Amino acid sequence: MSNVLTDSALVFRREMMLVLRDPFSVIFSIVQPLVFLGLFGPLLGGSVPPAALDGQSALQWFLPGVLVMICLFGTSTVGANLLYEFMTGSYERVVATPLRRSSLLIGRALKELAPLVVQATLITAVAVPFGFQLHLGHAAFGLLILGVFGVGVGAFSYSLGIATRKREWMFWGVQQSLIFPLLILSGMMLPIESGPEWMQVAARFNPLSFIVDAERALFANATFDAAVLKGVVVAVLTCAVGLIIGVRQIRRSTT
Amino acid sequence: MIHTDKLTRHFRVKKQIVEAVKGVDIDVAAGELVAFLGPNGAGKTTTLRMLTTLLPPTSGRATVAGIDVVADPAGVRARIGYIGQGTAAGHSYRALDELIMQGRFYGMNRTDARARALELMRSLDLEALAKRTVNTLSGGQKRRLDIAMGLMHAPTLLFLDEPSTGMDPQNRANLWEHITRMRQEHDTTIVLTTHYLEEADTQAERVLVIDHGRIIADDTAAKLKADLAGDKIAITVAAGDREKTTVILGELGRDLEVSAVAGTSLAVAARVERGPELLPLVIRRLDAAGIEPLAAVVTQPTLDDVFLSLTGRSLREGEQAE
Repeated sequence: MSNVLTDSALVFRREMMLVLRDPFSVIFSIVQPLVFLGLFGPLLGGSVPPAALDGQSALQWFLPGVLVMICLFGTSTVGANLLYEFMTGSYERVVATPLRRSSLLIGRALKELAPLVVQATLITAVAVPFGFQLHLGHAAFGLLILGVFGVGVGAFSYSLGIATRKREWMFWGVQQSLIFPLLILSGMMLPIESGPEWMQVAARFNPLSFIVDAERALFANATFDAAVLKGVVVAVLTCAVGLIIGVRQIRRSTT
Repeated sequence: MIHTDKLTRHFRVKKQIVEAVKGVDIDVAAGELVAFLGPNGAGKTTTLRMLTTLLPPTSGRATVAGIDVVADPAGVRARIGYIGQGTAAGHSYRALDELIMQGRFYGMNRTDARARALELMRSLDLEALAKRTVNTLSGGQKRRLDIAMGLMHAPTLLFLDEPSTGMDPQNRANLWEHITRMRQEHDTTIVLTTHYLEEADTQAERVLVIDHGRIIADDTAAKLKADLAGDKIAITVAAGDREKTTVILGELGRDLEVSAVAGTSLAVAARVERGPELLPLVIRRLDAAGIEPLAAVVTQPTLDDVFLSLTGRSLREGEQAE
């Protein structure tokens, strides 16, 4: 019998079929965070005093942020991949099958999250010789939080894809104008404490901040503290709300 | 197999309510082949989308394959096949991969899905294209692949939305050959929409004529034509014989029309029943009245004549306007 998991697995498999047939597209996206880490990390270490990085090395502090960035960049494009399927008939055909609606959202988000595992392994493996301290259990839990959060972001992106399906240029406009403020105001790239008061206030209301803080607590400090718990709550909430809105949007997507 | 009760759908377009489907009652029995015929924008596709659960009705009820479309849309979807207007298979996928995936979406296991996909590719002449990417296929090949996708899980009820739009006559004939064969083999109930008159006329066992969101006629094509249109006899005579000819034709038929033909002759036409059998009688009477017919033509009606007599408009005008 089919259920949400088997349905999601099928949707995931269909998506992955194209990725595996054209692995070059993946190779570029996998190398990208490495470039980011290698070029931005040293600048960060040189321009920000160690105290602002919770006493961590720049690498230890920055790496979890890069993982969050990869997760967000990947899953927020889910909706864009739909646009072409809307134009042909394949979106409609998939929606006309008995597949569960939530599985359409989950399966597509998982496709964007799959490279994350590879990327995380790769950048960690490269960072370790440069002094990065890996705590395997904590890191794995950190990826799990990112996975749950990413499914939520993917579902929101899917909904955005549906909402903008009749004006395709709009998808990227909305995606870009949301993603960069969210990223910067989460303290992912630079410590938010060095910014003005209003930025710090804004960061406190940014759900992404909680994810970044949780990842840092896990990757850098190897602790299971309140920051991790808050991150878990935000990830689960994002996932739940994203799926509810996404399923509702799919029902309305064929008008 | 299908039963609807005042099925209705409204759309809100720029703050105005558009009534796309206005309370239609449809009954389709198992094994039937039914066509929804109507001009573009008549509500055919909207009706089909409600029956396939792609669109929730504004009001009214519909039971498809024994299941209510609103209460259990997933249950309906599992029991029907749907072939929409677009290309079903993803453009960047290989034809065979998408067929197998489609079977898996309907709960088939990998082995069965693969066997079924290969079998369908063989019977739809797609065998050689199994490894080809969908966007490299020709229009006719894509449409055959769509048909295969819709048949993967061997549904007992199949919906086709404008299956032959944009196809050349040869491909269309080919497509119908396949549909007919599938139907004989699997005893599938088929509901399709079309705006091609000939298609509805020659292929469907029953035609539902839809216009402005309502069903305005529902019968076999032959019965619709006999009841609503009838044969037409047109006799060309010299202008001077006009009066006597109209009297004779008026006695045998109705809806007299007189139109000018080249020179001084003109054509008198009338709607009659059993035109071919009546024509000799018409000619004998004209002969008896001393009139020499210059030409005699019997035309049998098309569904367009039916549509014309129902609505006062021609379906062909819409076809050309596209």
